[in-house]
Amino acid sequence: MTKNIINFIATIVLAYVLSLFLPWWSVMTAALATSLFISLKKAAVFFVPFLAIVIFWFVLSYFLSSANDFTLAKRIAVLLPLSGNPYVLMLVSAIVGGLAAGITAIFGKQLSVALKKA
Amino acid sequence: MKYFKLILSFILTVGIFYALNTKFGSIPPIGKFLNPYSGVWQNETDESIKGDITIPGLKDKVTVHYDAELIPHVFAQNDLDLYRAQGYITAKHRLWQMEFQTFAAAGRLSEIIGEAALSYDRQERRRGMGYGAEQTVKKMSEDKETTAIAQAYADGVNSYINQLDPKDYPVEYKLLDYKPEAWTIKKTALLLMYMTKMLAGGDEDIENTNALRLFGKDRFDLLFPDFFDITDPIIPKNNDWSYIDVPQTPTPNSQPVLDSISETIDKPDPNYGSNNWAVSGEKSTSGHPILANDPHLGLNLPSIWFVMQLSTPNHNAFGATLPGALAVISGFNQHISWGETNATRDVIDWYKVEFNTDRTQYKFDNQWKNVSIRIEEIKIKGKETYIDSVLYTHHGPVVYDKNFKSDQELAGYAMQWTGHIPGNGQKTFTEMNKAKNYNDYTAALKNWVAPAQNFVFASTEGDIAIWIQGLFPNKWEGQGKFVMDGSKSENDWQSFIPQAYNAHTLNPERGFVSSANQTPVDEAYPYYVFNDGYETYRNRVINEFFNSKEKFSVQDFKDLHNNNFNLKASELMPYMLETMDISNLTSEEKELYNIAKAWQYNNDMEEIGPSLWSAWYGILYDLVWDEFDVKDTAIDAPFTYQTIYLLKNNGDDDFMDIIDTPEKETAKDLFKLSFSKAVLKLNAWKTTNGNLNWVNYKATYAGHLLQALPAFSRFDIPIGGGKNIVNATSENWGPSWRMIVEMTSPPTALGIYPGGQSGNPGSKYYDNFIDDWAASEYHELNFLQSNTATEAIIGTQILTPSK
Repeated sequence: MTKNIINFIATIVLAYVLSLFLPWWSVMTAALATSLFISLKKAAVFFVPFLAIVIFWFVLSYFLSSANDFTLAKRIAVLLPLSGNPYVLMLVSAIVGGLAAGITAIFGKQLSVALKKA
Repeated sequence: MKYFKLILSFILTVGIFYALNTKFGSIPPIGKFLNPYSGVWQNETDESIKGDITIPGLKDKVTVHYDAELIPHVFAQNDLDLYRAQGYITAKHRLWQMEFQTFAAAGRLSEIIGEAALSYDRQERRRGMGYGAEQTVKKMSEDKETTAIAQAYADGVNSYINQLDPKDYPVEYKLLDYKPEAWTIKKTALLLMYMTKMLAGGDEDIENTNALRLFGKDRFDLLFPDFFDITDPIIPKNNDWSYIDVPQTPTPNSQPVLDSISETIDKPDPNYGSNNWAVSGEKSTSGHPILANDPHLGLNLPSIWFVMQLSTPNHNAFGATLPGALAVISGFNQHISWGETNATRDVIDWYKVEFNTDRTQYKFDNQWKNVSIRIEEIKIKGKETYIDSVLYTHHGPVVYDKNFKSDQELAGYAMQWTGHIPGNGQKTFTEMNKAKNYNDYTAALKNWVAPAQNFVFASTEGDIAIWIQGLFPNKWEGQGKFVMDGSKSENDWQSFIPQAYNAHTLNPERGFVSSANQTPVDEAYPYYVFNDGYETYRNRVINEFFNSKEKFSVQDFKDLHNNNFNLKASELMPYMLETMDISNLTSEEKELYNIAKAWQYNNDMEEIGPSLWSAWYGILYDLVWDEFDVKDTAIDAPFTYQTIYLLKNNGDDDFMDIIDTPEKETAKDLFKLSFSKAVLKLNAWKTTNGNLNWVNYKATYAGHLLQALPAFSRFDIPIGGGKNIVNATSENWGPSWRMIVEMTSPPTALGIYPGGQSGNPGSKYYDNFIDDWAASEYHELNFLQSNTATEAIIGTQILTPSK
């Protein structure tokens, strides 16, 4: 259980730090790193980094958007189309980041397993 | 097995990266687009209008005060710094728009949008847009001062672009997944070409030729007279033209080429137009001249205009600028005010050209002349570059040939256009911004070639004037109305009307000047002018208003801007209601008939009359001109004024007959037929869309430049007015900038436009003027007289030179 929490926190911290130098796929590198070094089991391999990034991106986009009365988020939520709801847009954005992180973590897990074997 | 899982998870990882980092069709690369670090969330920002910014190349500090409308008031120490700052500030608020418009002008949209834009791009290239821009650059480069300030403007734009991180790119770049490129003087020239095409890119020569071929000369002349029976020209009738001593070109015995052409390139919306007017001090309640301008252009977001104050210790100008061009375009300074309407005139002519067998030469006066070839390389996003070779003759580009909208192996149609003539139109505006009096204004105008404009003028000295300025070919009688034989030199443009003989008036006796895209002059003007789609309604309402009383105030000007009187409907509808057979009206018809009877011909929002008129006249027009519905033929039906004239005066003409029916219809029959159809159409509309009030039926909107993307557009704007009405607000075009300037010292001005200063859809300043504009309100323009922030200023930014 504690490993899950450590991985969760480490993924967020690393994702934040890497985002200062790398584009959006920094969440993938963060998840790769944590999955290699903080190994998780079963469904947690995917869901812990997934949830970490979902929460991180949701909170970040919420703060960016609320400071501007959600003006653009409402418009983008018409564009995509998400019936103009900015919270749905935040959730969609967050899940996009979460999926990228979670899938990369599965790869990281497999890689660590393969490396140990070799 | 373990390796299988490893490989599978690796493929999945690469797959998700690819899926989220790539643009699929119109779907943006979703990871790039939605992530909070560099995606759209970064565009959720207010404008930064405070602090210091370092800009390389500045000579001195430049102060930019922003008022509550986000209008920048720029105070520079010299012209170079001023235009560098204008470039920087404009890019800061409108970068995507200014670049996109020049891509559209240059025929480069395929680079951004992909193959879907290829036919558009080919058309713009064949029209010679890039060629024209290069001519402009050449002419500008002859003038050191213009070159220097245009380069400073470009450098200013580039300073802004260079400061941007990809996360700061305007949201449209993220949506379409591309990035801004460097600004150049050529891009400014392309923007001027964009305006030239919009305002002087239309003509009907080919359509007229088809009509002449199908109906013969007598019928053509009845449908398309050179002058209507009613005209109220810009230069009032009975003007003394005796000072003009250069005669019109003598008419050769030239015959038009009666070819059949099936399709032509897109023309700008013929409904674009404008109003401007000025009253003299004697005619003004305050004793100061008052001037107004409202250009009717597409209602777009971001708006075509960006309002600025631009000042140095030597001049202080204020008004609407065009993002991409230098200086104020429609505005005022401490001494004068000016504004433009489009001076519709036939400045595009078409020549049939015959080639030799390998299309390297064309026939001209029984000799062969070489063609030159311009290779147009059209880059296409995700595809191979498309190469289009456009042949050029001395007339201009051969737009239509076997490679484009034509199947003639060894012939083509060349376009001659004043838009291709080198001109330094930019200088007109930089000089106008500094002008102190009538002489300075006329000197500035001399540089103006195209698009021809009616430049209205008023000064604090008390002068009012209007000049119809542009470079106009001195045509022989009838020249350029139809396609001409390009192999005969007699058909060439022989000379141009000397600039001093362009029609103009200074301080006319009637105490006002006005223009609304009507005919510039009457038949007495010694040069060939014919009706090339002149407006015939707004001008009469405006002139009647100024003839109706002695003195006018700013309030009168506002009222006139917002005047919804539908003169056109008032000239036909009573006649239709009176003459049509009403013995068999259904109850639905009866209801609308009574509404029509009661309508006072004002296109106000809550009226149903304008909706009925719009539907009824539209159907009637198509019924009258069913003869013009000819397969595979480019042809335009007659203009509204003449249509109404014929309906009232030639009601039993053969054209009134519907050719598909055995009966012989007259105008009276058409009134009833079209009325019944209109009632059906309106009731069907009502069932799906709610009530028939004009505001709903018209449904004015301001669409984003990207095909009115709903997310970035404003719909159902509550405003009346309509086509051919002084308040020309129609579905998606209308008064794009309303300005009123009273020539006090310094001038006091009002202005508003349907948009907002920011180009960022995430800004509250993106569309914040629209509601006030629709409600006929104006904003006071805070004309700062010195570089000191007044209480109107909400933020100040200092642009400083880099050390």
